[in-house]
Amino acid sequence: MQDHPAEFPPDNASQAPAVLPRIRFPDGRPEADQPGWRHAFPIDWGRDQVVSRRDFTRLMVLTGLAFTVAQFGVGLASLRAGRARPEPKALARVEEIPVGETVRLHYPGPRDPILLTHLSTGGFVAYGQLCTHLQCPVVPRAELGRLECPCHNGWFDMAEGRPMAGPPRRPLTRIRLEIRDGVIHATGVEERTA
Amino acid sequence: MIHLEFVDRAHSIQTVPMVCMHCDSPTCAEVCPADAIKRTEDGVVQSARKPRCIACSNCVLACPFGVPKMNSSFGLMMKCDMCYDRSQAGKKPMCAAVCPSGALFFGTREEVAHLRPRSRILDRFEFGAQTITTKVKLMVPRDSTEPQLHVTGALEAVQEEDPFEEIALEGFP
Repeated sequence: MQDHPAEFPPDNASQAPAVLPRIRFPDGRPEADQPGWRHAFPIDWGRDQVVSRRDFTRLMVLTGLAFTVAQFGVGLASLRAGRARPEPKALARVEEIPVGETVRLHYPGPRDPILLTHLSTGGFVAYGQLCTHLQCPVVPRAELGRLECPCHNGWFDMAEGRPMAGPPRRPLTRIRLEIRDGVIHATGVEERTA
Repeated sequence: MIHLEFVDRAHSIQTVPMVCMHCDSPTCAEVCPADAIKRTEDGVVQSARKPRCIACSNCVLACPFGVPKMNSSFGLMMKCDMCYDRSQAGKKPMCAAVCPSGALFFGTREEVAHLRPRSRILDRFEFGAQTITTKVKLMVPRDSTEPQLHVTGALEAVQEEDPFEEIALEGFP
């Protein structure tokens, strides 16, 4: 290919700088000094980040698939967790908890808070402290004979741990208790659905 | 899309064709609020993209050359895109292909240098504060020294008087 004749210089030769940027902006400043929206809304087709219908559909299908597969993983994990039998553990001595009092302990692990209550009708009950709505810790209201979840005004009855009012629909996790020789032992965790 | 402009509407039916100049910094795309006007890598500014165009006519008002046209029935701005369907297939744009006098030419610099030995190219246009460099070139006499075309100055010169005033007087004496 022969050189351009002098009176027909190549495209950019009429301008002062030897090498011009591919894009010439109206304010004359280089691309680095342009406002950020120019990168988001480029004029050149090649720089435009086009999301085609097919790309969008693929994203939606793959994301949905990932969530669906993850559901099975969650189900398997909870199955395995449900099969594990926690070790019995001595919680407290009977005389340590007066009638109507509630203490906060941990069972089966150190990160599983429970509430152990000496009922005014006699006997002991223990529930996992996590509300069955959104896992907020419930607080005892001895004067009402109830447990309250302050997050969304959920209420549980103290004797059975069943939901009475508010968003929670499932009863609290019950801790099976056994009293031997004046010592309260936790012997198991009972997840309840109704 | 090509359209014709009247040179002197009051006295003549002479027209000149106007094609898109395919600016380096396309004003139509700069003002588009829907990000619908795009330029392909060969420097050709395309018609508005149908999924994005909101038919606001900002480009129609902003283009200093008056090129974009709003197609109301489509709700879409359409403009000269150098006949993208033809040029993709290696053909010349329709206007350049059919022009009998060579007023519109599509080809290489070597070809036009051979055809117009007494001309030089001019691709800078001054519209007031805005200077535009275009991909479509104008051929001007080679001995002219003006580096750019002062469009607004020329317009002010011809618009000193109302060109239709005379006609109106002739029609209704």
